[in-house]
Amino acid sequence: MTVQEPPGLSAQHDPRGHTVELGRERPIRLDCGVELGPVQVAYQTYGRLNADKSNAILICHALTADQYVADPHPVTGKPGWWEDLVGPGKVFDTDRYFLICSNVLGGCMGTTSPKEINPATGKAWGQDFPVITIGDMVQVQARLVDFLGIAQLFCVVGGSMGGMQVLEWCASFPERVFAAIPIATAARHSAQNIAFNEVGRQAVISDPDWHEGRYMDHGTKPRRGLAVARMAAHITYLSEAALHRKFGRNLQDRDVVSYGFGPDFQVESYLRHQGSTFVDRFDANAYLYITRAMDYFDLAAENGGVLANAFRGTRTRFCVVSFSSDWLFPTYESRAVVHALNAVAANVSFVEIQSDKGHDAFLLDEPEFHATLTGFLEGAAEHRGLPRRGAP
Amino acid sequence: MMMTVANGNLRVDLKLIADMVEPGSRVLDVGCGDGMLLSWLGKHKNVDGRGIELSMAGVSAAVAQGLSVIQGDADTDLKDYPADAFDTVILSQTLQATYAPRTVLENMLRIGRRAIVSFPNFGHWRVRMNLAVSGRMPVTDTLAFEWYDTPNIHFCTIRDFLVLCRDLGIRVDRGIALDREGGVLPHDGTGWLANLVAAQGLFVLSRR
Repeated sequence: MTVQEPPGLSAQHDPRGHTVELGRERPIRLDCGVELGPVQVAYQTYGRLNADKSNAILICHALTADQYVADPHPVTGKPGWWEDLVGPGKVFDTDRYFLICSNVLGGCMGTTSPKEINPATGKAWGQDFPVITIGDMVQVQARLVDFLGIAQLFCVVGGSMGGMQVLEWCASFPERVFAAIPIATAARHSAQNIAFNEVGRQAVISDPDWHEGRYMDHGTKPRRGLAVARMAAHITYLSEAALHRKFGRNLQDRDVVSYGFGPDFQVESYLRHQGSTFVDRFDANAYLYITRAMDYFDLAAENGGVLANAFRGTRTRFCVVSFSSDWLFPTYESRAVVHALNAVAANVSFVEIQSDKGHDAFLLDEPEFHATLTGFLEGAAEHRGLPRRGAP
Repeated sequence: MMMTVANGNLRVDLKLIADMVEPGSRVLDVGCGDGMLLSWLGKHKNVDGRGIELSMAGVSAAVAQGLSVIQGDADTDLKDYPADAFDTVILSQTLQATYAPRTVLENMLRIGRRAIVSFPNFGHWRVRMNLAVSGRMPVTDTLAFEWYDTPNIHFCTIRDFLVLCRDLGIRVDRGIALDREGGVLPHDGTGWLANLVAAQGLFVLSRR
């Protein structure tokens, strides 16, 4: 076995990220009962870990994002999904904090997932991959944090499914999270969101190229199904106002409607583009497994039906953020988390950011959102005894 | 709730309240605005402070300073907190803007060992004169809104307030009569004269 030097101690940044094998001696016991191990974890880091290892921030990514938070995506070449927030002097200041983001368990960017090889068979897992949960993803992240030698994370932050992981972290490893920022998320997936996920999964499964999930054996991909799944999901990430502002009823490369079913409207063309580019970078089985993990997430149910129980005795500082036009994870979902935190007298801030950009607002340029994050982090850093912004 | 009575100027009663807070204690400021009081208490008294504020602008400003403030209000958000979660719960110039002041007071003294409440006194002679002479709803320095756009929906006099405290079994540990600038008047805040000459009342309450 090769000795792996945890990154972060050197100032070198590798845009391709890192990979580590975990759980060879001690497999991960998944919620479904299966023991999984060893597990490959692909992750990326930014900045440097300080001497007492107190400045680490774990960023949890959303459903179809990955560890390339602030690096060009290796497949699409597009900028990192939170590039505006991560970097020297930015909200997540890489001059002060050591940032970690790992591809989730079941993700398709290098962490063990349905598209990776099952060591037992020597073939890709496909649908033999065990069904995973948000809790399982967090367990794997905790192993990574162990590997990096970090006892307590200064902060765990994430939006959407990333926010679910943040909440799970706070419930499962409260003493390891000094501060937490769950953004545009919920403590359970709603019936409506499960319904949307099911539409997406059925689109994939009904594609003749799906082959019961063994499409790789047939040298194909359920491209059409996955593209439709993405198109439907993409609508839920936006808002009516955002769509209207961006496209209105504008026509695509034509002056009059075609009286056919081609992409007459710009919004149709846009969605088709979203669908087709998604297929190039995302695995269909991963999409099924990860959406399922979201559906299963219910932090209250895991804690005797009372959400507050998930946080009892917590000493974590929370900053809950929602967006006014987010109808996928509406503000009342965040408020339910806040009420549960209040019920255990937790230290919590809660801001609903006014934005008409829908769920995706957490990925976009929202100055008030960024100011909130900065302020919260400053306050938390002060309480953690970390140097203030601009300090040498 | 940022429903200040002082025409948007600095809330003059804050320093007086701040002086009453014990160092290192747990404080909830209900209607904390942009967190001016919490910030001061954190810096000068090492207080573990939390805030509730209705206005988004106030919450954003407070959280951006690193304060622990949630967007919410006294009517809906106090009920979640467990009993004895705080040493002191502060409600400054906000009681008259709540839907259910009685429930708010009960909740304050359930979740806090002690409550500090300040409000404009509708029994002030200027208010009484205003109504008596002009026959119109009073608009004064401390009550600066017309009746149709006021956020203050539950005005009371100092005497009304003391009667409610008595009915709720709340002990009034201290009553301070304030003038319209927030200056302390020599009169006993719980006395009949205060109800006539005080523009505002400030009370320290605890459970009986």
